[in-house]
Amino acid sequence: MATTTMTTLDPQSRAARRGMSDIAIRNLFIIPTILFLIVFNIFPLLYSLGYSFTDFRASTNAPANFVGLQNYRELLADPYIWNNFTVTAKYVIVSVAGQVFVGFGVAMLLNRSIPFKGLITTLLLLPMMLSMAVVGLFWKLLYDPSWGVINYLLGLGDFEWLGDPDVALYAVAITDIWMWSPFVMLLSLAGLSAVPKHLYEAAAIDRAGPIYTFFRITLPLVLPILMIAIIFRTMEAFKTFDLAYILSTQPTTEVISIRLYKMAFQEWQTGRSCALAYIVLIMVLGVTNIYVKYLNKVKER
Amino acid sequence: MAAIRTPVQVALNRTAIAAVLVITLIFLAPIYWIASTAFKPRNLATTIPPTVIFEPELSPFAKLFTKRSQLREAPTPEEYAAAPWWERLVFDGGEKVVRSGRGEIQLSAYPNRFLNSLIVAITSTVLAVGMGTFTAYGFSRFKVKGEQDLLFFILSTRMLPPVVVAIPMFLMYRAVGLNDTHWGLILLYTAFNLSFSVWLMKGFIDEIPREYEEAALVDGYTRMEAFFKIVLPEAATGIAATAVFCFITAWNEYAFALIMTNRRAQTAPPFIPSQVGSGLPDWTVIAAGTFLFLLPVAIFTFLLRNHLLRGMSFGAIRK
Repeated sequence: MATTTMTTLDPQSRAARRGMSDIAIRNLFIIPTILFLIVFNIFPLLYSLGYSFTDFRASTNAPANFVGLQNYRELLADPYIWNNFTVTAKYVIVSVAGQVFVGFGVAMLLNRSIPFKGLITTLLLLPMMLSMAVVGLFWKLLYDPSWGVINYLLGLGDFEWLGDPDVALYAVAITDIWMWSPFVMLLSLAGLSAVPKHLYEAAAIDRAGPIYTFFRITLPLVLPILMIAIIFRTMEAFKTFDLAYILSTQPTTEVISIRLYKMAFQEWQTGRSCALAYIVLIMVLGVTNIYVKYLNKVKER
Repeated sequence: MAAIRTPVQVALNRTAIAAVLVITLIFLAPIYWIASTAFKPRNLATTIPPTVIFEPELSPFAKLFTKRSQLREAPTPEEYAAAPWWERLVFDGGEKVVRSGRGEIQLSAYPNRFLNSLIVAITSTVLAVGMGTFTAYGFSRFKVKGEQDLLFFILSTRMLPPVVVAIPMFLMYRAVGLNDTHWGLILLYTAFNLSFSVWLMKGFIDEIPREYEEAALVDGYTRMEAFFKIVLPEAATGIAATAVFCFITAWNEYAFALIMTNRRAQTAPPFIPSQVGSGLPDWTVIAAGTFLFLLPVAIFTFLLRNHLLRGMSFGAIRK
């Protein structure tokens, strides 16, 4: 007996003797990825942090002069920049609210036995998988005032969707809602299907009305997953660039990413754009932090 | 939902199903419009009322792939008869295919941009999924100091707005000559997808019981052998799903491609919108280019359908 126990080695130390040790494998597997991400994400950010304190212009050979906090001071005092943030906020609210309304609504409708449910769900998910830039471009044709299908079907005559500065932002948001409602729907469906059936049965026995059942059973149980969808979409809508840039040239749709792009690559105010990038970055990291905390919370369930 | 009993509930249920069908049609309508415009003759692309029934033709595709110029005089009957079918389609549209001095047809930029998209998306997917799988295994099976912080760091790199990262990357790439190269985009997309692939693969590997490897270790496998011979085959479905997600992201990416490439390495997403330009664009050609570009993603979406939830939630929600 004693000898067999002696020879049954701990598998880990036995592997360590022949091949690489677990510690070595762990480091070999993890460290290259971390280094790669540092080189491609952290290093560039440090690089641009440096430039954000200068008047550098990438279009000239003039050396960069250190200007201290001047870029940040001017940006934060610039009413045009604040207007870009207002436009972005409006866009985020309209498009995320629309996505939650449509996405959750469709999920409620889908959450029953329907013939070909799998196929229908997959077809509904198609828009979000496609390229925003390329499909967004096609909405230009759909929105066209003279021969657009949308005006024809809705009988709107020659209504200007993208040409009218007051409407353009909503037009871009509608396209975004079309693309991303499926995402909210997908997550909501997962939440809805996880609600235990016996709760509804109990509610039915108690003769609870549909509104009471929705607000006291369905919504509270789906809310954690729905919140993930909302935070994620908020973050993405805040960063939005492709759709608004392709669909519209109106100043009323100039979200912050577009301003940043123009400042950096059309006006070549490199130093200033680096400072603006940092202001945006800090905002995004704040929301990312909330998002990841939520993800981990849902994961633990 | 509770069991349906009353006639009112039956009616409500039927209404809901009808509503779902109508909504599905509305959601698919723009995609249908792209696909149908890709097969229309040019004069039917922008009509009022919109043309729904028409004889489909391939002329948009013939125009998409070739360099064309306005036809000054109609082709002679012999010229027309000698031309291949696709060239005749271009003739019919009042244009002619540009040929070099030796009579070789000149291609448009589209095939090249499509090829660039393929090169960049495939290479970056292989790199991101390869590295991501190793790293996910490392996080899944070993104790890592500050694991939560490292995973947060990895995910946060994906959350950065592309334009924010693109400004310094543009300057750095310019300094080392990576602007407008395939490798420049490949490395950027690899970095972008790597975080996603680590998070998603970690979920898949967490689900493979540790006992499988431990049994192999007892049988005298090294940890490396156990990883390659036991874990990788078990994770095959997860790896495939992750790869398809990474491919789609790289394939669709616009902002980095717009900023980092302009000609040699330009991919399809910045190229297709640049074709609209000013004046009256030929929407049938744009639709044809869009159609071919969307096709792989549409097919992949169907293959992925059971993994979409997981992929879109970074593996946080499983089903």
